[in-house]
Amino acid sequence: MLNFKLTNKKLHTALLISGSLFFAACGGNTSEGENSDLTGSIQIDGSSTVYPITEAVAEEFRTEAPNVKVTVGVSGTGGGMKKFTRGDIDIVDASRAMNADEQAAAQGNDISFEQLSVAYDGLTVVVHPENDWVKDITVAELKKIWEPGAQGTITRWNQVRPEWPDQELHLYGAGVESGTYDYFTEAIVGKSHSSRGDYTASEDDNVLVQGVSTDPYALGFFGYAYYEENKGKLKAIPVNDEDDSNGTGAILPSLETVKDGSYTPLSRPLFIYVNSKAVARPEVVEFVNFYLDNAGELSQEVGYIPLPEEEYNKQKQKFQKFATGVGASANNQQ
Amino acid sequence: MTNSDINRYKDKAFQIFGIFCTLIGLVVLAVFLIDIAIDGISRIDWDFLTSLPSRRASSAGIYTAWAGTLWILVLTAVIAFPLGVGAAVYLEEYSRKTKLANFLEINIANLAGVPSIIYGLLGLEIFVRQMRLGGSLLAGALTLSLLILPIIIVTTRESIKAVPRSVRDGSYALGASKWQTIWNQVLPASFGGILTGIILALSRAVGEAAPLIVIGALAYVPFAPTTPLDEFTVLPIQIFNWTSRPQEAFLTNAAGAIIVLLCITFLLNGIAVYLRLRQQKKVKW
Repeated sequence: MLNFKLTNKKLHTALLISGSLFFAACGGNTSEGENSDLTGSIQIDGSSTVYPITEAVAEEFRTEAPNVKVTVGVSGTGGGMKKFTRGDIDIVDASRAMNADEQAAAQGNDISFEQLSVAYDGLTVVVHPENDWVKDITVAELKKIWEPGAQGTITRWNQVRPEWPDQELHLYGAGVESGTYDYFTEAIVGKSHSSRGDYTASEDDNVLVQGVSTDPYALGFFGYAYYEENKGKLKAIPVNDEDDSNGTGAILPSLETVKDGSYTPLSRPLFIYVNSKAVARPEVVEFVNFYLDNAGELSQEVGYIPLPEEEYNKQKQKFQKFATGVGASANNQQ
Repeated sequence: MTNSDINRYKDKAFQIFGIFCTLIGLVVLAVFLIDIAIDGISRIDWDFLTSLPSRRASSAGIYTAWAGTLWILVLTAVIAFPLGVGAAVYLEEYSRKTKLANFLEINIANLAGVPSIIYGLLGLEIFVRQMRLGGSLLAGALTLSLLILPIIIVTTRESIKAVPRSVRDGSYALGASKWQTIWNQVLPASFGGILTGIILALSRAVGEAAPLIVIGALAYVPFAPTTPLDEFTVLPIQIFNWTSRPQEAFLTNAAGAIIVLLCITFLLNGIAVYLRLRQQKKVKW
């Protein structure tokens, strides 16, 4: 049994190497074809933001390899990372990059891994649809609103920009346990996990949608999909990063602006991390390749923004290098 | 106005207050049920009950979720029943009123008030990691058993206490030992109450999501569990997952799944009521 697995793996690696040239050449959404004799199980856990994409991929993978049991959990990026760095799971969904503590934990448990980007999410700054004074907002203004020092002092709209009305400013945002919060604070305040505390926080973006859509003096942020589904009840605000090298002026999040990188700094990549030991199993290699082949189409279907095609090819090459180089110190190759 | 008039008004006022209190609970429940029924009843059909989870709200189903919930229910009952009843019999019939017994009693009462997520953390460390059960049905059922043990112990003790002294005395007078008295008289007489307690405790366990997420229950499981060591998901996790999705259609799915979960709880409560009634008819002292 073990022997069979080993030969199967070698065969697969060979297939992969020849396949990589093929992928690079045509770059299409091709997969390696039916693989109904592939068996085993793949355990995935982590971010609830990335979950819909992984769920969609796992669902489609069933037609590709019906005998492979793929399971997906939603313990959150932090919870998933804990399991991943202990070696409990094969792949972790992450809505932020692995932090230094988690990398140290992985190293301590002798686990090496590869980070792969699978899609983008555009964090969208929103106000109530009847708010007619905010036409755009700069990153500096967002920082002024959200930094820890703003607590209790920046409470009115005209404190942010003098021509805005002298009205109370009500803030809505992601709860502090979420990867969304970490990313937003990193991008806006400049320091991850650091912001004012006096805002309405929820881990459930639907609650934030509800809040902003019923409060004329609200300002909030959440994932693009939640804005997209509730366009009628919300107004998105173009964000100006005051850096004209990546698109001039204030830019609204959209499929195009997130994809081409002009909606900065609030578009964020979503990741999966793959354990090197898991890559020794052919079903995992097959699954990850299938993931990268289909993530573009499927991520859009569940409300996220696909990476550009050449970026998926880059991720695939990165993974192939990782999969073939497993056993060696495959860690940290970017 | 005489004194008795005032008392009559007070009586009337309290009656109205009582009716008002009862109605608040009932009206809230009714509004909730009607709201959920309007949202979700049209979604429930055979396909919904037999399909796997999916990214497309319209073809997603709850097959693995309700299968997991049933497994958890049965396993938890099998584990918690003997433990809970055993502990209650010991505390009520055997233990002397020592400091230790007092200490145990206070702690059991306290345990009933511990938030369920704490049991999840306990289960994660003991069952998932130390006993190496992983995120399996067995680990989940053991965790939920801990969660409902205090409720089972307390209700079982109450039903045992309700057995009249004369029944025990009669049994002893006929020469029965303590164990024979408990097994042949006390337990059969209190069985209705014990069952009611267990079933009510189980209907609490069936609605838990938080401790199961902590021990590693999953959200996407494309197969129904076949052994207690399989990974699983349950209805509350599926519901929680769907309500946090941006697409409106998933909220309808969640409403449908809530109705199924409510049906399971109502069914359990119905069984509890039935057993209690049957027991009341059977026991005649």
